[in-house]
Amino acid sequence: MNWATLKRNPGGALGLAGFLAIVVLVVVGPLVVPLDTTTRLDQIYQPPSLAHPFGTDNQGRDVFSQIVHGGKDLLWVATLAAGISTVIALTLGSISAVAGGSVDNAVMTFTDVVLTVPHFPLLAVLAGVLQFRSQTLLAIILGVLSWPALTRAVRAQVLSLKERDFVEAATALGLGRGHIIAREILPNMRSYVAISFVLAMTQAIYAQVGLVFLGLVPLSGQNWGVMIQYGWTRGAIFHKSSVYSILAPIMAIAVLKLSLVSMARIFDEIFNPRLQEG
Amino acid sequence: MRKYLAQRIARAVLTIFLVVSFTFFLIRLMPGNPIDLYVQEQVTTYGHTYEQALEQARGFFALDVDAPLSVQYAQYLGNLARGNLGQSILSPGTPVSSLIKKFLPWTLFSVGLALMISFTLGVGLGMLMAYRRESWIDHVLTIIATVTTAVPNYLIGILLLVVLGVQTNLINVAAIRGSLSPGVRPGLTLTFLLDALSHAALPITTYVLATAGAWMLSMKSNTLGTLGEDYVGFARARGLPDRRIAIAYVGRNALLPLFTQLTIAIGFVVGGSALIEYIFNYQGIGLVLYESIVRRDYPVMQGVFLVITVSVVLANLLADLLYGRLDPRVDLTAEPV
Repeated sequence: MNWATLKRNPGGALGLAGFLAIVVLVVVGPLVVPLDTTTRLDQIYQPPSLAHPFGTDNQGRDVFSQIVHGGKDLLWVATLAAGISTVIALTLGSISAVAGGSVDNAVMTFTDVVLTVPHFPLLAVLAGVLQFRSQTLLAIILGVLSWPALTRAVRAQVLSLKERDFVEAATALGLGRGHIIAREILPNMRSYVAISFVLAMTQAIYAQVGLVFLGLVPLSGQNWGVMIQYGWTRGAIFHKSSVYSILAPIMAIAVLKLSLVSMARIFDEIFNPRLQEG
Repeated sequence: MRKYLAQRIARAVLTIFLVVSFTFFLIRLMPGNPIDLYVQEQVTTYGHTYEQALEQARGFFALDVDAPLSVQYAQYLGNLARGNLGQSILSPGTPVSSLIKKFLPWTLFSVGLALMISFTLGVGLGMLMAYRRESWIDHVLTIIATVTTAVPNYLIGILLLVVLGVQTNLINVAAIRGSLSPGVRPGLTLTFLLDALSHAALPITTYVLATAGAWMLSMKSNTLGTLGEDYVGFARARGLPDRRIAIAYVGRNALLPLFTQLTIAIGFVVGGSALIEYIFNYQGIGLVLYESIVRRDYPVMQGVFLVITVSVVLANLLADLLYGRLDPRVDLTAEPV
């Protein structure tokens, strides 16, 4: 990655900067900004001010400190889910492409089935039966559901790369199948994988916050989704002055998703070895 | 073509079968599964005998709870084939199928109308962006499309309600709750249609705002691709009017790839209806799903989930077949790549 790439894609650069800023805010921020948990009845629903940059909530607590503390879990679940789905997709996609025949058929049919089933209702039903008590369990289930799109892309990529000259050359040199997949084929799919990883993160954020908003997962800890849920059930639809306490987490999630999506746009230039100079 | 049709239908049936089996085993096999919990609760809380509790569970879930699992599974499949989805636990005597009959049409109406509006709007604006590329209107629309696509649809819904309903009072939130005003009866009357539309307006606006951006961006890039094709240049050389080229040559060809995206959009929008209907308290199938999960009404939850899945699978099948019909260049029998 270099400055020229970023200069050519101002949108992507902005996304990257936004994402890095959010990561710093939610990872380093909690060490600097203490979480405000004191109820102050005289400070309820204050508009933004110097003391409270994002105003205060229905108990007079500072909204900004909750935003700072509420992103880490969300990002962790999204990253873990995206990681799991990427590993599954890479494995299934390459097996399907390399093996071909009935294995390929079976894997692709299964992929189509998982792709067709509407995910959010399925997650909601699972949440109803399994009660997602831990964030990790939620991340695993999100990951296990979101691999099909990337699997198809990986399979298509491997199928096309398999026929390229450099792979043929490697085969002729007698390099093993493992070497060919790991050293010749995978590096050429880095941009696909990076883009899908980020998109899987955005899907995980969508589903996770959606489940929290509906109250289908236990509302524990600090989390932007929990803030929206509280904002919604405790004032946003009754009190005009409550707007900042619900707007802040909504904006945080919107900015995070927007940054991720814009950032994914420049991944092709960063990760694709064929587009790199020198 | 016939072979393809058979394959697609077989896959749709397989999907439905797998989902049906999955939900059965989820509900029946999990440790502390809903049926066992229900029976236990009847015995410990209400002092019923074990046999009485089993008998009740049998009524609600339409299963011989005591029989071997394979027998139960066969019963379950047989019941499904007859359209018997069990009964609601919370409102005993109400078959799940009647709940679905009552609430599903509202979701199909609002989601279907929204998808049509958003598809048309997205295609139109996308073409406009391609024809006026690098103009201010292209830049403004690109930013709007990127932002609305990235923001989750339920956040758009919350914002609409908070801004229009609470902050500016442009819309009377209380009056548009539910899917119809009290006293209005379904029928082919103007009052009914207007009332139904006014209640569905906010959910539809949310769906449209959340999905139109993706259509706009894809349509723009497809149109740009098509504009460079030889047949468009040739049509120009023949002196055909611009309008005719835009519609019959560029538009038609740029539109086709969007149909494959339509299949994904259908699943996503129907799936997200639980969230949107919860926000606007719109009495559709998504709201029923949400309420059944929160209240642990498992027969309803299971039935509604199946119906949502089946609608999505059927809509996908339809979009796929339509795509094959619309684009003669697509060889449906070819291997998917």
